[in-house]
Amino acid sequence: MEKAWAELSPEEKRGERFKKWLSPPGVTFASTEAEKAYKERVTRFIKAFTLQKPDRVPFILPSMGLYAASYAGTNLATVMYDFDEMKRAWRKMLHDFDADTYIPPVLVPPGPPLETMDYKLYKWPGHGLSKDTLSYQCVEGERMKADEYDHLIRDPSDFWMRVYLPRVFGALKGFTQLSPWTSFEEIVTGNFLTFANPEVQAGMSALMKAGMESLKWIEAVGEVAGEAMAMGFPGVMSALAKAPFDTLGDTLRGTQGIMLDMFQRPDKLHAAMERIAPIAIATAINSVNAAAAPIVMMPLHKGADTFMSIKQYETFYWPTFKKVIMAFVNEGITPVLFAEGSYNNRLDIIGDFPKGTVAWYLDQTDIFKAKEKIGDRCCIMGNIPTSLIMTGTPQQVKEHCRKLIEVCGKGGGYILTGGASVDEGNPENMHAIAEAAREYGVYK
Amino acid sequence: MSGDFVNLLADLKEDEVLALTKKRLDAKEDPLKILEDSRKGMEVVGGRFAGGEYFLPELVFSGELLKQVNEMVKPYLKGAVTQKKIGKVVIGTVAGDIHDIGLNIVDFMLDVNGFEVTNLGVDVPIEKFIQAVKDTKTTILGLSGFLTPAFDAMKETVEAMEKEGLRKNLKIMIGGGQMDDDVKKYAKADAYGKDAMAAVALCKKWIGAA
Repeated sequence: MEKAWAELSPEEKRGERFKKWLSPPGVTFASTEAEKAYKERVTRFIKAFTLQKPDRVPFILPSMGLYAASYAGTNLATVMYDFDEMKRAWRKMLHDFDADTYIPPVLVPPGPPLETMDYKLYKWPGHGLSKDTLSYQCVEGERMKADEYDHLIRDPSDFWMRVYLPRVFGALKGFTQLSPWTSFEEIVTGNFLTFANPEVQAGMSALMKAGMESLKWIEAVGEVAGEAMAMGFPGVMSALAKAPFDTLGDTLRGTQGIMLDMFQRPDKLHAAMERIAPIAIATAINSVNAAAAPIVMMPLHKGADTFMSIKQYETFYWPTFKKVIMAFVNEGITPVLFAEGSYNNRLDIIGDFPKGTVAWYLDQTDIFKAKEKIGDRCCIMGNIPTSLIMTGTPQQVKEHCRKLIEVCGKGGGYILTGGASVDEGNPENMHAIAEAAREYGVYK
Repeated sequence: MSGDFVNLLADLKEDEVLALTKKRLDAKEDPLKILEDSRKGMEVVGGRFAGGEYFLPELVFSGELLKQVNEMVKPYLKGAVTQKKIGKVVIGTVAGDIHDIGLNIVDFMLDVNGFEVTNLGVDVPIEKFIQAVKDTKTTILGLSGFLTPAFDAMKETVEAMEKEGLRKNLKIMIGGGQMDDDVKKYAKADAYGKDAMAAVALCKKWIGAA
């Protein structure tokens, strides 16, 4: 690179990152055909993201996390613990579907470390949910009390380590007795004493054990991911980030708590979101830098139409959310904003980004209206109804995709995919999506 | 004082509502009158929610205000308070799904609108739904679910009602994250409601109160 990274414009940074995505360092392709196919697929996505016309509309099978398990005749309870089964299922998915991208089993949480840590934030099959349940689910609750805002704002990492983590990991309950790391200053006298506490030590041991258990998982995930890359299937998401309102509303204060805060302590809520934003930004940029695809996925929760008014959205949700998005844009990273539920009442404001820098992944929003209102600035994605994929016929799915492609695909800037993730269902409906993209999605 | 109270509660003026509650209790007003006014205030909140003026945060906050008022009034009450209900509804999130934000809003809105709600909570096994329908003799069952596995759980719950011979006198509505009319058909339910107000409208229609 001629110029130092910091001196590049956002546009130049984006260009550099796309170049790296097209020729990922350290990847050996299985064949020249695989390499060629990889570059074609990545180019297809880059053009769609940047509002140009690709050779055809790219598609992502709406089987994000866990579909491979049920598809291969196993289930989540099994693959969370049996990584050979996990590899088998995800390989089957890899070989049976000729898609534009492939999602390795990174979203399968490994069971052993979760058990070692006694994770309380989630329930999973066989652990709070019946064995045949196909997904893991978050347990909503108030894990930061209203009077703990000041601690969070003063020192988020300290709040995390000594307050939040002991609440979500049973194994770390001893960490409430730790001193802040910042207490190490000048000559050390009694500073190590808390580490002699048996509960603290048990927490440390659990962390080390969880680390070793996670190694086995990442080895399996990496194996499948590497194979997919070598076969020419690019990944499209390298990191996850959340809107600061969701970080507070999902896992810290809970829906109930944060909604009361909007009335009872709005200033603290704003201050906390401002404090969290740079942390979300730095964490995601780090992950993207270590991967090939310069894309960060932001799953959005509590800003949807039914959760708050447009005024509340503009006051509480949007400002720090936009700040996070723009930080990615300025780093040359494309954020994919997954609006679960609907965002119909937000369409007048959510397109306010530099052209071709941001993608909106729309679950139940009226995507035709979105194409009209924001399609000239943002890439739009999604909208095959989850219910249709799960209960409809392949013909119905294909027909729906045709309509989406015709309207949203016009002029480029559209990626065909579903809404919320599908965990089970007729594979023919998945094939119908691929067929529709190939049959109707070609740009002339 | 009573009219002010209803408006203050409906406008979500926390400090004023609590101060006025205290004033009325100090003035030895009938605590039942305060509760009745709370109910009226909540009705206004429900109406504003239905009209798109209020959203979830207002609903949650109004619930908090109501709780605080109730706690202040409680020590002054003699005996149990019974309110006349216009109909019964059993609701719950189906097996395999533990989401309850939507479920609790439906509970709240039905309650405010005069229904006796039996809320079975989350991850409710089919047998528990059957038992509750039998015990309460309800004519309305509401199934909630956020995730896609809920599609099948809903279908199985409806089929179980058929098998138990309970289906004929029962109206079943579904709602939640990924639900829609396709899922309604798939699950063989009677109606899909897109939000809590839709649930209220359905229930009122079904008991003939609309």
